[in-house]
Amino acid sequence: MSAVIESHHDDHHHGPAKGIMRWVLTTNHKDIGSLYLWFSFAMFLIGGAMAMVIRAELFQPGMQIVEPAFYNQMLTLHGLIMVFGAVMPAFVGLANWLVPMMIGAPDMALPRLNNLSFWILPFAFGILLSSLFMEGGAPNFGWTFYAPLSTTYAPPSVTFFIFSVHIMGASSIMGSINVIVTIMNMRAPGMDLMKMPLFVWSWLITAYLLIAVMPVLAGAVTMMLMDIHFGTSFFNAAGGGDPVLFQHIFWFFGHPEVYIMILPAFGITSHIIETFARKQLFGYSSMVWAMLSIAILSFVVWAHHMFTVGMPLAAELFFMWATMLIAVPTGVKVFNWVATMFRGSITYETPMLFAIAFVVLFTIGGFSGLMLAITPADFQYHDTYFVVAHFHYVLVPGSVFSIMAAVYYWIPKWTGNMYDERLSRLHFWLSFVGVNVTFFPQHWIGLAGMPRRYPDYALQFADWNMVSTAGAFLFGASQVLFLFIVLKTVLGGKKATPEVWEGARGLEWTVDSPAPYHTFSTPPKVS
Amino acid sequence: MFQRLKNNYRTIFYSLLTTSFYPAKAFAQWDNMNMREGVTQVSRDVFELHMLIFYICVAIGTLVFGVMFFSLFRYTKKRNPVPATFHESTKLEFAWTLVPFLILVAMAVPASKTLQDIYQDEEGEINIQVVGYQWKWEYKYLEDDINFFSNLSTDQDEIYNLVPKGENYLLEVDEPLIIPVNTRVRFLITANDVIHSWWVPDFAIKQDAIPGFINTAWTKVEEPGIYRGNCTELCGKNHGFMPVVVKVVEQEEYDNWIISKKNEAIKLAELTEKEWSLAELTSRGEGVYEKNCVACHQASGQGMPPIFPALAGSEIALYDKSRHLEILMEGVQGAAMQSYANQLSEVDMAAVITYTRQAWGNAENGDGAYVVPKDIVEYKKPKI
Amino acid sequence: MNNSAKKTLKYLSLAVFGMFFFSFALVPLYDVFCEVTGLNGKISQSEEASAYESQIGRDLTVQFVSHNAEQMPWVFKPSERIMKVKTGKYSNATFYVKNNTNKPMTARAIPSVAPSNANEYLKKLECFCFEEQFLNPGEEALLPVRFIFDSDIPDSINNVALSYTIFDITNYDEVEIAHHDMR
Repeated sequence: MSAVIESHHDDHHHGPAKGIMRWVLTTNHKDIGSLYLWFSFAMFLIGGAMAMVIRAELFQPGMQIVEPAFYNQMLTLHGLIMVFGAVMPAFVGLANWLVPMMIGAPDMALPRLNNLSFWILPFAFGILLSSLFMEGGAPNFGWTFYAPLSTTYAPPSVTFFIFSVHIMGASSIMGSINVIVTIMNMRAPGMDLMKMPLFVWSWLITAYLLIAVMPVLAGAVTMMLMDIHFGTSFFNAAGGGDPVLFQHIFWFFGHPEVYIMILPAFGITSHIIETFARKQLFGYSSMVWAMLSIAILSFVVWAHHMFTVGMPLAAELFFMWATMLIAVPTGVKVFNWVATMFRGSITYETPMLFAIAFVVLFTIGGFSGLMLAITPADFQYHDTYFVVAHFHYVLVPGSVFSIMAAVYYWIPKWTGNMYDERLSRLHFWLSFVGVNVTFFPQHWIGLAGMPRRYPDYALQFADWNMVSTAGAFLFGASQVLFLFIVLKTVLGGKKATPEVWEGARGLEWTVDSPAPYHTFSTPPKVS
Repeated sequence: MFQRLKNNYRTIFYSLLTTSFYPAKAFAQWDNMNMREGVTQVSRDVFELHMLIFYICVAIGTLVFGVMFFSLFRYTKKRNPVPATFHESTKLEFAWTLVPFLILVAMAVPASKTLQDIYQDEEGEINIQVVGYQWKWEYKYLEDDINFFSNLSTDQDEIYNLVPKGENYLLEVDEPLIIPVNTRVRFLITANDVIHSWWVPDFAIKQDAIPGFINTAWTKVEEPGIYRGNCTELCGKNHGFMPVVVKVVEQEEYDNWIISKKNEAIKLAELTEKEWSLAELTSRGEGVYEKNCVACHQASGQGMPPIFPALAGSEIALYDKSRHLEILMEGVQGAAMQSYANQLSEVDMAAVITYTRQAWGNAENGDGAYVVPKDIVEYKKPKI
Repeated sequence: MNNSAKKTLKYLSLAVFGMFFFSFALVPLYDVFCEVTGLNGKISQSEEASAYESQIGRDLTVQFVSHNAEQMPWVFKPSERIMKVKTGKYSNATFYVKNNTNKPMTARAIPSVAPSNANEYLKKLECFCFEEQFLNPGEEALLPVRFIFDSDIPDSINNVALSYTIFDITNYDEVEIAHHDMR
């Protein structure tokens, strides 16, 4: 990306510095956005490689490639890296690039904090990955790190894991503070809250969620640290603590965290659908209210992850009903997207393909989520591959597809070049087929009774596991194509117009393509 | 981590051979793609609930995706060059908030009802304490004072693809839980070390086993048979290797089994008193070792250092009989080694210690001292 | 940065610290929550219970369950496994415990009740739960529990399991024992 942006820096009174120090010292929201996006892509490939190890081991019954102990390390790191290293930083990267341009601000409100919040991330993941080479191996207790497996029974590397989670948390918190301060104080004159683009709205809500729950995660790992090294007994039954308390605290963080990974996707999808349907988004204000209600509800549903820990009937009923309620605002969003397409004038460029796939496959993930909310049925689904299928449906063709859609949609704005439409369609179809072949059979495997986090399984699960592995390798391989397409676009291609898309709305399309190093130094007027 | 791969070409060939046969027969099996109906009232209720919600989701999905794909085909730029301009409708938005809400209420009613039935935690005719261990289950029959461990009985060679896999690969144990049919059985579920979860799909029971706390579950099984399940909470290395097997039998057979279990205990006491030869002890010990120790210390006695130390050539196994005994009786504080004092009988304890002091050349390299059941009885006596 | 941005920054930072401390506040909140709902069958320490002795009610079966956690080699068993009690009347039970190792050890027993909703109707006047138990090699003891069930206990509860899990909490640095593992 650097080549393109540098070619334009002469147009402005001060452009980026040269060489590597430009990226280390940068306080420019566009540079930092690019850093975040590249970092998250690197993590996506590393986490993906771990997924390939997992799927390869599961290709057939029996232990073939790795030992169960190493398998557990792979599934733990895969989860942590994908959640904290791939999806979240990608959304922060998009926020950095887009939020200032969408609200007509010259930059983020706290540019130096912005630099810091990015540059501590590589250290966090460096520490986490280095634990693979430590005595006793990397963390092996799953990304949910339930005590006491993660405390009394953890490998020594757990201390590094805790440190790493603290850094990730600090980075997310600083990033969210920045987003909120920017949105609350730097909107162009005339841009009321209810005139903000939906991506900005989705990020405002996401940032508040992050500020509410990342400190709770920090608290949880701090308690773990104290249990491990300072003799406290927060989660240790022997000292009068309670292992279930850990799960409550974790999921108090964990459930909003799930929505943190999907809300920005809602924003992105709304923009893309309205652009390619050439029709104003249906029900803007109900979209905003739906996101707000989802965010608020996310704080009162956490124990639906723990229906089998032995809660009293009243609690089980409450969490079941509250969880089912989330289907209402989520449904409203899907209906609004469909209504936007209805009587539109639709074309099928790659971002639209990803957005349509998002709507369909995310909805399927929503349906399985509704099924999981039904407590008695959850006794059968819980901790089986049905759950794995569910959350991968909302995270891969959900969050990840929306990120890819966003990249295709905005990359002409970022680089000034159009991506290769033919290759990108190929990438879409390979990913679409890959993702469904991988995860759809997992519904069946789970219903038939295969528990999750198993390195080996009974023979009746063999066929669909084999299919799933084949799909996973197809999906994995097609992401190499994605890397190629992005690189090709950064380096050259058909020049993009400022508007890029025929039906595009929003301030970011009023500036040149590629976007100059500094945009909106004087705020635009919004009518 | 790749060490297994090196010497396992044969095994991969084997597994390719076996797997290439079943797609044709198994892909047709609907059983392998849906939840099991099970053999209790609760499990059938849960199954019906599952299917009900599933069909509702399919109906909603068909409707929504129907409208969506219709729009996608009908309102392309080619067919509809000028888009409509409407972008809100309070009535419509209100309707699609209210209707889903009503559907959800309709779902919540049967779901809440079933949940209440499951929570009818009355007295059980038989009460069984289920304890999760890394990585096995212990069953204690509270009324009859019987207890035993249930270990995976699948051979390590099957797991590592050295021999073909059996029908119940990874779903078989050395000693299943046995309960009578048509009897209300209550399970008091807890754990010894980390959190486990006890799941029998055919009973629709899944309850977490949490150290220090007990959870309850109950069942009343209507058909005799063998029902297989799993541990469903990540509990460490061998999480995937601690299945649950429940054998449901007629009342009469159950009563006989209880009597025979009690007789077993008497026989065991006699065995403890018996004079044991070294060969007898070693061969019994090998069996005990395979059941209880190989998961960590490996069949070769090489262990998996640093967490699971090697026994072959270990100083303690060679020269320090009393420390050897002490470790098995009391475990190693702060390490993975647990106490087997309450898990192994005196006979098995003596046998496994003897075996590990004899195997892998330990007898030749060390003092070869061995332990008899009476030594264990002696150890358990008060020292003062 | 203008003033309003500074203000936003200030309240957000406060929120971050607030939520961090809130996560610790969840610990006592959870205990209160458990006591109110009987979650996990966690029992609070013995309280002023004499007030609970009321008119004598119906029969109830109490099952005593014990478990030795982790590496705990002691003998730990209820003296009676099953006891018929009347609600509204004090009952006494004991657990037998013996240190059959050759070193002094300290233990702690953690109580739990099932079904969990029976918990709020159970009061214990005397209980060895949560207390440290020190036993010399070979020493044995009978640990008493004195408890009462409120007569208001719902009719659906006929059978209550009272479980104790015993943990080894010996501080091995103090006990002078050659402590070496098999390495």
